[in-house]
Amino acid sequence: MNPEESLKFSYYPGCSVATTAAESNHSLMQVCRLLGLDLQELEDWNCCGSSSAYSVDPELGFNLSARNLSLAPGDRPLLVMCPRCLHHLRHTHLEMQQDPRKRRAQERRWGRPISPDLEIVHFLEALIRFGLDRLKKGAARNLNGLKFVPYYGCTLFRPPALRRQKYYQAEVENILTALGGVAVTRTYNQRCCGSFLSAVKPELVTSLVNDIIGSAVAAGADCLVTTCAMCQLNLEVRCTAAKRLPIFHFSEILALALGAKDCQGWFIRHLVNPRPLLKDRGLLGPPRLGQVP
Amino acid sequence: MNSQPMPAKTTEVINISELDHHFATEVDRRSQADLKRCYQCRTCGNGCPFVEAMDYPPYGVIRLVQFGMRQKALECATIWVCVSCHTCSSQCPNSIDIAAIMDTLRSMALEERAVIGNKEILAFHLEVLHSIERYGRTHKLGIMLRHKLLTGQWFKDVDVGLRMLTKRKLDLVASKVRAMDEINRLFLPYWRVKPR
Ligand code: SF4
Ligand code: SF4
Repeated sequence: MNPEESLKFSYYPGCSVATTAAESNHSLMQVCRLLGLDLQELEDWNCCGSSSAYSVDPELGFNLSARNLSLAPGDRPLLVMCPRCLHHLRHTHLEMQQDPRKRRAQERRWGRPISPDLEIVHFLEALIRFGLDRLKKGAARNLNGLKFVPYYGCTLFRPPALRRQKYYQAEVENILTALGGVAVTRTYNQRCCGSFLSAVKPELVTSLVNDIIGSAVAAGADCLVTTCAMCQLNLEVRCTAAKRLPIFHFSEILALALGAKDCQGWFIRHLVNPRPLLKDRGLLGPPRLGQVP
Repeated sequence: MNSQPMPAKTTEVINISELDHHFATEVDRRSQADLKRCYQCRTCGNGCPFVEAMDYPPYGVIRLVQFGMRQKALECATIWVCVSCHTCSSQCPNSIDIAAIMDTLRSMALEERAVIGNKEILAFHLEVLHSIERYGRTHKLGIMLRHKLLTGQWFKDVDVGLRMLTKRKLDLVASKVRAMDEINRLFLPYWRVKPR
């Protein structure tokens, strides 16, 4: 496989990235354009089932995920941004790999083939394949020592059913430190954000989120960077602490470093205004070339 | 940090003749979680971020299953509060898939029409399913509005809803799958949950 071919992906946005967190979708698109990654959105994708389908009817969740897999071309990896969607799609695919009867039943149901060899990867994997050195060369600005907490939440944990799959712990640090950021890791950066309980039991999630943000403040961080749109939302709307920190989606910070032009537009949509921080660090305004390490 | 609740009613009398001796095997087969390996070290109760909102800590639920206390296990709130974050299983020395056990118990509770341990959480899930049924995708604004109206919680949380709206976090137009017949098919023979 030549290197260019290996950077072709089909892309599953998932509901929160496509709507509630549109800014992470835009920034992801910018990143891919700037890096020359070829992303093809899955034609007519549907919800992966979200926590709710798996909570009340796992079979429905399985069918919903299987439909998405039946839409994915077998000749290129499927790239997923949301860690929860990634988990559901992988789990469904693994079950069909282990039991070809389940796969054939789904192929019959949708009238489309499902490749047993389909590779399902997180966005971080695309960057790893692209290469840290090339990424550094392509950067338009240095992150100027921006102190960030790489917040993984729970979803990049290994659920026992997927313990043999590839995970991306520490990749957020690797990438953003290479671009000039400073990682602050001694925090509650793997504590769950509260997931759907944010809608049903806000008080509970508020105390959890305040603990997480409080630990980041105590460790001297400027901001938190997450790979999950749901985490980003919960950390933003449920925090009641006096000192709050801006929460970025990983792709926003990456797009900023790569010199995307429309960052301002996304930052307006944040509930905790990140612009004073970015201005302070000299990260707003047009990038000055040649300041990359 | 979290304080673990004491296992509920430790002095309770267990009537051996009422225990369901097949329950553990059944849950184990459906969840493939290897729950018989659990030796009650209680690590999962320390790690779980939501243990305060549960009536039994995670290991307590596993104990109920191991003992065959079917009704108690299916009717507890814990199985609904669990968000499948896998914090517990990543710390469990026996690598037991605790979230899968919770998933299984939830499905069984619905199938057997057990009393639902937390109706509000189930109502939220059904709202999300409703959105998937109509659009093939989840429509956050619709879910929030309907959920808040249904549970009469609207005023309690109206602040967050407005803040999200003004920042356009919640889109006003639902995005929809085109081949809706494919989605509809999944819901056709579908049991409708009427929680007790
Ligand atoms: S951590 Fe594992 S072995 Fe220990 S009580 Fe929990 S489930 Fe049982
Ligand atoms: S998976 Fe469920 S029981 Fe385990 S830590 Fe998370 S919420 Fe608690």
